[in-house]
Amino acid sequence: MAIITRVKQKEIAQLIAKGKRLDDRNLTDYREIKLEQGIIERAEGSARVLLGRTEVMVGTKIETGQPFPDTPNEGVLTVNAELVPLASSTFEPGPPDENSIELARIVDRGIRESKAIDLGKLCIEPGKNVFVVFVDVYVLNHDGNLIDASALAALAALLNTKMPNYEIEEGEVKIKPGYVPLLIRRHPITVTFAKIDEKLVVDPWLEEEQIMDARLSMAIDDDGNICAIQKGGSGYFSPQQILEAAKIAGEKAEEIGKKLGWR
Amino acid sequence: MSQKSEKLIDKKGLRLDGRKPDELRPIKIDIGVLSNADGSAYIEQGKNKILAAVYGPKELHPKHLALQDRMVLRCRYHMAPFSVQERKSPAPSRREVELSKVIREALEPSIFLEYYPRTGTDVFVEVLQADGSTRCASITAASLALADAGIPMRDLVVACSAGKVDDTILLDLMDTEDKLGVADVPVALMPNLNAMTLLQMDGILTLEEFEKAVNLALEGCTKIYSMQKEALKAKYVSVKEVEE
Repeated sequence: MAIITRVKQKEIAQLIAKGKRLDDRNLTDYREIKLEQGIIERAEGSARVLLGRTEVMVGTKIETGQPFPDTPNEGVLTVNAELVPLASSTFEPGPPDENSIELARIVDRGIRESKAIDLGKLCIEPGKNVFVVFVDVYVLNHDGNLIDASALAALAALLNTKMPNYEIEEGEVKIKPGYVPLLIRRHPITVTFAKIDEKLVVDPWLEEEQIMDARLSMAIDDDGNICAIQKGGSGYFSPQQILEAAKIAGEKAEEIGKKLGWR
Repeated sequence: MSQKSEKLIDKKGLRLDGRKPDELRPIKIDIGVLSNADGSAYIEQGKNKILAAVYGPKELHPKHLALQDRMVLRCRYHMAPFSVQERKSPAPSRREVELSKVIREALEPSIFLEYYPRTGTDVFVEVLQADGSTRCASITAASLALADAGIPMRDLVVACSAGKVDDTILLDLMDTEDKLGVADVPVALMPNLNAMTLLQMDGILTLEEFEKAVNLALEGCTKIYSMQKEALKAKYVSVKEVEE
C-alpha cells in the first residue's frame, strides 16, 4: 500500500467531519464520469470509463461453449478482472489475487442478480451448446473506487456488445455473417461508500480508500431495488449506517442512470 | 432462479424442514475439538458441519508479510470435495477466495490486532458438509476458535443469514432456499458493539424488504450469540471442574 502521511490522514478525516473533502466534493458527490463505448473493434463490445482519474476499460467476447450442468438451458456469463501492473505501483503481475477476484465477483453479482442479461436467450442447444459472454475488466489507472468504475464500464460494454448470427445445420452450429445486438434488459448501477470516522462518503478516491475503516457497495436496479451488496475492509457498520447507505445508493443510482440515459 | 419456489413454503407458512419463517435450524457447537490447534470449534447448523481452527499468534512466514504495528490475520475458507452433491475440486475456487477474504474482514474488527505486532494468526475453516449459509456458520465457529485460542477480542462475532423466498422474508436459509429463493442476505455482528462486520446480498429486494431482512438476520445473530456463550461456558466450566 502506498504511504499516506498521518498529517494528510488527519486532514482528510477533519474535513469529512465538517462535511467537506480534499477535492472539494460534498460527501455524496461522485467525481466526473466520462464514458466511451465501442473503442476496441476486435472485441464484441467495449467501453472505457473515467471516474475522476480512475480509468477502467472493459472488453466483451462471445464464444460458444458448454452450459453448466445445473443450468442446461442458459448461456454463461463470466466476469474476470485484471489489476494491470501499469495501473498502480501497488499492482503486481501474476495470477489474480483476492482483490481482483473480489472485484470481478462484485461486478458479476450486479449484472447477474439484476438479470441484466437474459441468459435463457443465449442457449443454442440445451445441455450442449450455449453462448458464453466473457466480460474482462481491465483497470488502467487506479485512483480509488474501482468497483463503481468497473461496474459502469462492464454494463456500458455489454450495452455495446454484438451477438454473432448463427444457424444450426445438421446439429452443427454455423456462425453466419452479420451481428445482432446483445439484449440487455436491466441497468444495475453500483454505488460504493467509504466509512471514515463514522461518516459515509460516496465514491472514495484513493487517499480516502487508504484511510477508510470499511467499504460498502450496493448495486441498484432500474426500479430502485437493491440487487447486490458487498461490505469490504476490516471495519464495521452500524445497522443505521447500512440503511442510510441504502437510501443514498438509491438516489445516486437514479442520478447517474439519468445522466447516462439508463433510467 | 425462482421457478420451483412455490413448494418451498407450504399453506401453513412452514418451510421444507418444518421451520417457521423466523426460526433457526438446530445448532450444535463444540469448542476445543482439535488437539493440535491453538483454538478450535465445530458447528452443526442444520446439515452444515463445519470445523474451524486457529494457529497463532506466531511468527509469520513469509516474514516480509509481517506488520510492525499489528498482527496479520489470515483466513482460509475451504470446502471438502465431499461436502456438496457434485464433487467439488479441492483446488480453491474463486468463490472460496472471496469468502476467505470476507470472513477475514468479518473477524478482524473483533480482535485487538495491535497487541501482537509482527506476528500472524491463521484461521482455517473446513466445510465438511454444506447446506446453505456456510459463510455465516463459518464465522460463528471461527470466532469461537479465536476465543478458544485465547486471543483478546472486543466481542465474539456471530453471523446469520436472512433472505426472501416467494414473498416471505425467512431466517437462516438452507441450501434449497438459497438456490431457489429470491434473495440472500448474510450478516455478521458484534452484538455488544452493535457493529456489523459482514454484509453481503444477492437477489432483488426493495428497500423495505432489505431493512426487514437485515433486522431478521440481526435477531438471528442475537439468538446464536447466546448459544456461542453457552458453548464457551460449557467447555471452560468443565475444564475448571477437572482442575479442581
